[in-house]
Amino acid sequence: MKSLADLEKIREEARRMTELREEKEQTKVIIGMGTCGIAAGARETMKAILEEINKRNLTGVTLTPTGCLGLCEQEPIVEVDIPGQPRIIYGKVTPEKARQIVAKHIVNNNIIGEWVIGRK
Amino acid sequence: MAIYRSHVLVCGGTPCLLKGARTIRDLFQQEIDRYQMTDEIRVVETGCLGPCDEGPVVIIYPEGVMYSRLQPADVPKIVENHLYKGRVVEELIYKEGKAGREQSGPPGVTLEGEKYLDRQKRVVLRNCGRINPDSIEEYIANHGYKALGKALTELRPEEVVQMVIDSKLQGRGGAGFPTGLKWSFTAKTQADRKYIVCNADEGEPGTFKDRLIMEGDPHSIIEGMAIAGYAVGAEEGIIYIRGEYQLSIERMARAIRQANQYGLLGKDIFGSGFNFQIQIRSGAGAYICGEETALLESLEGNRGEPRVKPPYPGVAGLWGKPTVVNNVETLANIAPIILNGPAWFRSIGTESCPGTKVFTMLGDINNQGLIEVPMGITLREIVYEIGGGIPGGKGFKMAQTGGTSGGCLPMEYLDLPMDYDTLAKAGSALGSGAMLIIDDTHCIVDVLKNFMRFFCHESCGKCTPCREGNPRLYEILTALSAGTATQAQIQLMKDLARTMQLTALCGLGQSAPNSLMTCLRFYADEIAEHLNGECPTGVCKSLATKSEAV
Repeated sequence: MKSLADLEKIREEARRMTELREEKEQTKVIIGMGTCGIAAGARETMKAILEEINKRNLTGVTLTPTGCLGLCEQEPIVEVDIPGQPRIIYGKVTPEKARQIVAKHIVNNNIIGEWVIGRK
Repeated sequence: MAIYRSHVLVCGGTPCLLKGARTIRDLFQQEIDRYQMTDEIRVVETGCLGPCDEGPVVIIYPEGVMYSRLQPADVPKIVENHLYKGRVVEELIYKEGKAGREQSGPPGVTLEGEKYLDRQKRVVLRNCGRINPDSIEEYIANHGYKALGKALTELRPEEVVQMVIDSKLQGRGGAGFPTGLKWSFTAKTQADRKYIVCNADEGEPGTFKDRLIMEGDPHSIIEGMAIAGYAVGAEEGIIYIRGEYQLSIERMARAIRQANQYGLLGKDIFGSGFNFQIQIRSGAGAYICGEETALLESLEGNRGEPRVKPPYPGVAGLWGKPTVVNNVETLANIAPIILNGPAWFRSIGTESCPGTKVFTMLGDINNQGLIEVPMGITLREIVYEIGGGIPGGKGFKMAQTGGTSGGCLPMEYLDLPMDYDTLAKAGSALGSGAMLIIDDTHCIVDVLKNFMRFFCHESCGKCTPCREGNPRLYEILTALSAGTATQAQIQLMKDLARTMQLTALCGLGQSAPNSLMTCLRFYADEIAEHLNGECPTGVCKSLATKSEAV
């Protein structure tokens, strides 16, 4: 440890590990993980999103499962909640679509209109 | 370092471990593996979160949901419903539900979310229950070692001392001596060697804060010691931990190794030319060794007996060299003070006693455990708001503050602000931070007898007032509970107690009669009834209870 800058470098790296324990405005990605969602492949969708977050070193994004939304036939359902913007709900999200949602919506803030099934 | 979608923080403080937290932790990992979520969810063992009575306690992030009193059978439920399917298991949630969560940013912001935590202010416990104490990276992630870096690269040693003086931080071991002043004595003294000694011999009955700080955030002690070393010109630090604290010793030792690996201990730290090393010594469980000069004797390999002061350790301490002896909690306050400035610290608590205090609440109180609150909070707030009141619908009788060497406060003092100055004026002491709550089914004489028996056992025997005084006080109290004491003996007890306070060699003997003195004052009626052969609570079996006497 030779300087404060060295420490800061370690801190930035380490902070990614503990960031989700902080309370602050984070982008929330919520996946329907009811029986319907799991049967429709929501687990794979979730894994794809997590992989993408890791691959892109994204910070300030949390990924949480939730219960059935009531639109079972649209599962897997993914909701993206970026602070200060309307919440966007995507339906029938395959792992491939999920990766694009991360790239286009979360990273570049472009909603993929054709997959949207609802806004809140 | 991979990102996980969820963290399961399992409290690994001693109280939770005793209730089976390790089994819970292992079961979580096992179930998570079974659901093939190993790459998604991380299980972390942390330090104490506070509600020790509710253990084993687990917090799940990012939701910040706290589960308490977990049994092994609960774990599969939580993993399946909460972690796999995203449905919180309501019936297992701790009290009102949401665990308090800190705002991001520098240490020392208020925990919010529910009653037990939202009255608290966490400076010392900023990382306890939030980070993995075995991970230096997680400590660094929460601004760890930044204060040391700032001190070494931007401040001169005398500026560091001045900051601590300006913060008005007082020693948190019990006596409340101004820390900055203590440092300045050692800084001014010329010597070829100086030492920083961390007093982690926490022997005060009912106090377990230092243990949980060391278990939960060991790096905060290392950082505080290194800053102290730089400020006073010491290159060696020793942590004296009581031998029973095996987990503290283990975690401190690991933390020291990690700090050495990162070059945060050792030679030329932050390229400043400053060297600092820390070693651990374990005590053998004598109460007296918490007294700083007895502790130094013990470190030198001698029998743990206090030295005659002056000279004080700041000038001539370990091996006759200038030595700063600071308590664990005191040292844990140093990094936030350097980072946020003395004015920030003074903005917390009261004007004469700024900052926070960590208390361990125990006895007849609903929420037993570890809390950190701003100085000046009232006893009523601690007992009835944070502590959740007295169980079984019983009444409050008294609170013993500061452990066995502290004093007792009756009902009339419930609105007394808790800080060093106010409590000293009330004849009690804030002391180490033990908060023993006693309900109205207990007999004052019986309680005092217990306290005095402790001192008879722990007096080191070096000076006469303490060695002889404690057994005599115990004898008179025994006579009182047997109904054979006389009015003259009460006066004798007062004289003896006063003599001990004035003439005992060290803090042990001087403060041993504190509880007795306060009780003689506040519970004179109850003691007088014992003289008349009555014990109002019926605890003293050889005496009549009031109802029988009438």
